[in-house]
Amino acid sequence: MRDISCKLLVIGAGPGGYVCAIRAGQLGIDTVIVEARKTGGTCLNVGCIPSKALIHAAEEYDRIADLASGRNTLGIRTTKPEIDLSRTVAWKDAIVGRLNNGVSGLLKRAKVKMVQGQARFRDGKTVEVETETGRQVIRAETVVIATGSAPVELPSLPFGDAVISSTEALALTELPERLVVVGGGYIGLELGTAFAKLGAKVTVVEAQARILPQYDAELTRPVSRRLQALGIDVMTGAKAKGLAKAGGTLLVEAESGSEVSLAADRILVTVGRKPVTQGWGMEELVLDRDGPFIRIDETCQTSMRGLYAIGDVTGEPMLAHRAMAQGEMVAEIVAGHRRVWDKRAIPAVCFTDPEIVAVGLGPEEARRAVSDVRIGHFPFSANGRAMTKVGEEGFVRVVARADNHLVLGIQAVGHGVSELSAAFGLALEMGARLEDIAGTIHAHPTQGEAFQEASLGALGHALHA
Amino acid sequence: MGEHLIKMPDVGEGIAEAELVEWHVKVGDIVREDTVLAAVMTDKATVEIPSPVEGEVEWLGAEIGDVVAIGSPLIRLKVAGGDSVSSEADAKAQLAELPGRKGPIEAQADGAVRTSDAIVEKQAKSASPPPPAESPPGPAVRMHRPLAPRTEGEKPIAPPAVRLRAREAGIDLRQVPGTGPAGRITHEDLDAFLTHGRQVAKAPGLVQDTSVQHVKVIGLRRKIAEKMALAKSRIPHITYVEEVDVTALEDLRAALNANKQADRPKLTLLPFLMRAMVKAIAEQPHLNAIYDDEAGVVHQHGGVHIGIATQTGSGLMVPVVRHAEARDLWGCAAELNRLAEAAKAGLATREELSGSTITITSLGSMGGIVTTPVINHPEVAIIGVNKIMMRPVWDGSGFIPRKMMNLSSSFDHRIVDGWDAAVFVQRIKTLLETPAMIFVEA
Repeated sequence: MRDISCKLLVIGAGPGGYVCAIRAGQLGIDTVIVEARKTGGTCLNVGCIPSKALIHAAEEYDRIADLASGRNTLGIRTTKPEIDLSRTVAWKDAIVGRLNNGVSGLLKRAKVKMVQGQARFRDGKTVEVETETGRQVIRAETVVIATGSAPVELPSLPFGDAVISSTEALALTELPERLVVVGGGYIGLELGTAFAKLGAKVTVVEAQARILPQYDAELTRPVSRRLQALGIDVMTGAKAKGLAKAGGTLLVEAESGSEVSLAADRILVTVGRKPVTQGWGMEELVLDRDGPFIRIDETCQTSMRGLYAIGDVTGEPMLAHRAMAQGEMVAEIVAGHRRVWDKRAIPAVCFTDPEIVAVGLGPEEARRAVSDVRIGHFPFSANGRAMTKVGEEGFVRVVARADNHLVLGIQAVGHGVSELSAAFGLALEMGARLEDIAGTIHAHPTQGEAFQEASLGALGHALHA
Repeated sequence: MGEHLIKMPDVGEGIAEAELVEWHVKVGDIVREDTVLAAVMTDKATVEIPSPVEGEVEWLGAEIGDVVAIGSPLIRLKVAGGDSVSSEADAKAQLAELPGRKGPIEAQADGAVRTSDAIVEKQAKSASPPPPAESPPGPAVRMHRPLAPRTEGEKPIAPPAVRLRAREAGIDLRQVPGTGPAGRITHEDLDAFLTHGRQVAKAPGLVQDTSVQHVKVIGLRRKIAEKMALAKSRIPHITYVEEVDVTALEDLRAALNANKQADRPKLTLLPFLMRAMVKAIAEQPHLNAIYDDEAGVVHQHGGVHIGIATQTGSGLMVPVVRHAEARDLWGCAAELNRLAEAAKAGLATREELSGSTITITSLGSMGGIVTTPVINHPEVAIIGVNKIMMRPVWDGSGFIPRKMMNLSSSFDHRIVDGWDAAVFVQRIKTLLETPAMIFVEA
């Protein structure tokens, strides 16, 4: 097989890698992308997209089940729903398939050459790929490492049989009767909630004192309440010890120190994700590390010249949109443009019930950063649109500097608030002051009005609170 | 919160407008009652405008250098209490005329004042009318506001598009001042930085500087400019240069200074020149005059009021030694010192800065060989003093070193013939070369 020489080689076709390759192709750079599996990476195949499909299906099911229960207030009568999970999964797979094809099409249109197979560095400029048809050697002036991340395995609970990661959870065609979720972060709660809505008995085991520990208690409280309403048991301060010998039972050391046995058909371990730094010949390179991650500078360059890294392999926050922005930036740098990472905010969204959005600094972080802050708060219980959607839980919170009203952070919890992340992110990137948001007409009746009201509130003159 | 609008007060003397020469406050400042808000300059005087109330400055109605009509909105304050009022009378009541900061030569004679009024009026018409009080501060005003301070290490606030442009232009946004809310850097700020403030890493060797600074001609500088243009456009100058042997005068001056009483001022050359001029003027009184060319009248003054062109921190001023004919050498010297210091300190009164009938201009050791002095309109003569230098002079048998000084003098050729000018300067030369003659009664 003849060697390939190119200007840019991207390893990994996840959100970071494929965006980098598409942008590079647009800029006329001779680009090759290598992917061992399907295009789209974790996000598209076993992460963001399939989980949202499952969450949506579960939500629909739950809504109908609620209507059927007789306690509905909308006046709609229906019978108890049933779900054929295998068909749900097939529907989800169809969406994933469409998006796979979409990404491949975009790469093709940008004249990016795709090589299927596991890449392995020979040296900083040369990579060999085990393809179906043999070994392909690729030489490149610049290489971008976008190998992503993988679920963390607990030594006491190795994946296999009943112990599954999020990847397997998204492919379950049969509903587990009893599901234990180890790890109360956003992935575990999103999936745990979905399965609970579909009828599973779900228990969440979280080692820390509360769920979603990276968010403040005010933001997570509506989520905790909803988990309780869904009949999900949440054990905080609890450690998963391993499977009981008999099988089908998880041993947990509860907060009190006592050992609890949890019967489980499936044990979903979502205790975090780790960068993929093995299997692609990183040992052939001399890369500085940043903990488990590859160290990068403000242009995403690693400690080796001409070698860039983007996405989850470079550290937190491990979010697809961060990887995409990095990928785009690196492509432009390779094309000779002057770019550095100068983003002000990376929005983070939890598709829990209700959803959580956080952009920028929370109240405590803000107080640590500047001496005096102003916080505006607007509850959805005072928002007309939220009432008509039967989703009054939650609020929008705006954190700003007290001296010049510069907005430092915006958070929200509530139904459908993930769509507000666009407005929140824009406000922070544009350097908005409270007056800018307060002075922007927000359409009525929408949940977005709560954003304007929270800003008005921070200025001391909310109109509807 | 209410609003308090302060209009340009009637600063007296029947004028219709005044030039804003200084803002003492900026938008956002908290002012107390009687805090000086602004200084305005009329043809006659600089006047400070105090705040009649306590409040926060919300809007400034003019830029420095603007000519503002009396009664136009000048400044808006946010004040405690609900009522919005506008104030003119309040401010007027507290007007205080400033002793200093006067124009150099204004208000000397009616003719001169009329002419410069006309110029000011023309400028007022071309200036844009002040915006209505309701309008937010315009960008022009905003540009003059001091920039929001950005503390060390703080990230500059700029929208992504501005950041991208800056990056592509190779500009570090930390260097760019932001005029937007909360110090946000706008596209306009970046434009301004690209045109004016760009700091390029200096390459070794000489580099081209393509920057242009736009300095508004305002206040005293504008008065000087108008005055000079008037003098040069109206008066056909004749300049006559003659050299004077001041060896004897310098000996006398040194002797007088060495033996002077302690309370007497140190003598410079100027008091001798002033006394010599008084003597020469007695023989040619039409050189000590004000020429009203519109009325066609030359006002020959009996009193010799000698203007002394003086460089001050804010520009050229001409304090006047009144009635030099009635002051002896020491009297002239004392008055000269007092006026020069008052002018430099900005404390000279209007009377002290006006009413001259003839002028001396001296640059002292900077005097050079020859100058072409511009007549202090509407006078008809100005005597320029050049530098004293030791030069070789032929005494008939050999070169001897003599202290020589040139006098460069200009005359209004409409009134003064070349012959008369020469006679006048020759007379002064004779007096200075034989200084005893200055003190001998004719």
